[in-house]
Amino acid sequence: MMTLKVNGQDHKIDADPDTPLLYVLREDLKLNAAKFGCGLGQCGACTVIVDGKAVLSCVTPLLLLEGKKVTTLEGLGTVETPAPIQRAFIEEQAAQCGYCIAGMMMRAQALLARNSKPTDAEIRAELQLNLCRCGTHMRILRAVHRASHLMQTADASPAQRSAP
Amino acid sequence: MASPRIIGSVVATAVIAGAIAAVAIVWRPAIAAIDPPAPQSFDSALVKHGRDLAAIGNCNDCHTVRGAKDFAGGLPVPTPFGTIYSSNITPDAETGIGRWSEAAFRRAMQSGVNRDGQHLYPTFPYDHFTHVSDDDDRALYAYLMTRQPVRAPARANDLAFPFNQRVAVAGWKVLFLRHGTTQPDSTKSAEWNRGAYLVEGLAHCGACHTPRNALGAEKSQASFAGGDVDNWHAYAINNQSSAPVPWDNDALFQYLRQGWHPDHGVARGPMAEVVSNLSEVPESDVRAIATYMAGVFGPPTEERKLRGDEALARASSSQVQPANGGTTTGAQLYVAACAPCHATDRAPPFGGINLALSSALTSPDARNAANIVLSGIRPSAGERSPIMPGFADSMSDGQIAALLDYLRTRFGNQPAWTNTSDIVRDIRRTQTVSLQRDQP
Repeated sequence: MMTLKVNGQDHKIDADPDTPLLYVLREDLKLNAAKFGCGLGQCGACTVIVDGKAVLSCVTPLLLLEGKKVTTLEGLGTVETPAPIQRAFIEEQAAQCGYCIAGMMMRAQALLARNSKPTDAEIRAELQLNLCRCGTHMRILRAVHRASHLMQTADASPAQRSAP
Repeated sequence: MASPRIIGSVVATAVIAGAIAAVAIVWRPAIAAIDPPAPQSFDSALVKHGRDLAAIGNCNDCHTVRGAKDFAGGLPVPTPFGTIYSSNITPDAETGIGRWSEAAFRRAMQSGVNRDGQHLYPTFPYDHFTHVSDDDDRALYAYLMTRQPVRAPARANDLAFPFNQRVAVAGWKVLFLRHGTTQPDSTKSAEWNRGAYLVEGLAHCGACHTPRNALGAEKSQASFAGGDVDNWHAYAINNQSSAPVPWDNDALFQYLRQGWHPDHGVARGPMAEVVSNLSEVPESDVRAIATYMAGVFGPPTEERKLRGDEALARASSSQVQPANGGTTTGAQLYVAACAPCHATDRAPPFGGINLALSSALTSPDARNAANIVLSGIRPSAGERSPIMPGFADSMSDGQIAALLDYLRTRFGNQPAWTNTSDIVRDIRRTQTVSLQRDQP
């Protein structure tokens, strides 16, 4: 039994120490933003943030998370009040099938936390580890720039949009 | 007992005295500047031949900063004596070699002297390039002089006294530079001789794979016995090789040509650029290099062959029975982080190599394994390449050390490494190329 801190809340987890974080997030905690893509740490769909750094949750066993803070996409914002990174991805319509997007947003969020105004080349290098099968790369790039802008202007309130 | 300071003074005095004596012997005049020749003035077949030779020489690796203009120099090369920055070898008239005649270029290759007559540091491996033929120098010159000129002034080297005195290089040359092309060995095949010419000359394999003495020269009596480059270990590639499976001609060819071999794994670290370049040169030259190097490795002893067969057997049996972990931190990390790729039946390069075949784990030096676990293998833009996630952001130094110690014991079949934690900490601190993120 270990304590896992996810999105500010402590959870008692009864699992083997070599259980991948992704399984616990999705199956035990029902946090389904992080996706199972390859299960090999090669596609980035499972990316979450651990102590400020983007980490591949499918190859991160529970034993590495003792005393650490895990943040998933659910911890950044909600449907009603999306975080700047989420708002930016929506406004740029950066998702097609969307399977990779949660991972993209988490890695971009970690990048923006340490480099608030990344260049195009810096964003490309950072997101190189996250694969997108649909090909919305140019929109993803624009969304990260937009998120950077939103965070700097502190204009992080949801855009005025009519409900779908 | 002499204190290190006294020894240092004696060495410094000897170096300076040697240098002053040597400068008279090896002083070289400037060679007249020329107007940069028009690219059209070079024969296109010669330029193409020069392109292949430049790839065999791995010129772009040191003379190009990642993500910057080809051959414009400026790459910091760490040495025990300080940091040396590579030079701009584009045909830019002011900051490159645009005003160098072919004779000036040939002299730099053969004697390590620039057009002005200054001695070049042997980080530029002219101790090997001196063996390159005049014809090949002509082709290399034609290739470089037809590249895009880039204005990029040289960066000042960061060297301690007395190594910041170029005159000291004159002394070094007297001691260690042996001119002349390698003599063909008529008892060996033409392919072997071609390989010897390339390996000892332009390809300068020994520059990384041969250990160096206190003055930074290759130890001639320990050719290919393993060296250091950029905080990686360049494996021994002679009969002291610690690879689990002995190398042979075909394995060497496949590895050098395609960048990986199922019984040996993938070429990464400083070797990545080498195999990338060798994928584009005439196949016969890679065959020749493999043939010559197979001779350097020598045929394996019976005992060595047996160990190789055992490693192959272990690799195939642990594929059938993946990852029975155990309860130590290292074992648990292996099961969760490594086994999904390294203990499956998916063959390299798309699956990870079975770790029973990993040279990184049987090597006496833990640095390559630490480098790979920390930074993984990043995809190379624009080419088919293996990838592996790095664990620098999810594992502490202690956890990586525990994992490495476990892997060494379980798969390496060799005595445990010592000070693995210190090595991991040092690699994390100095690993500049693969871990850098904000400078693509």
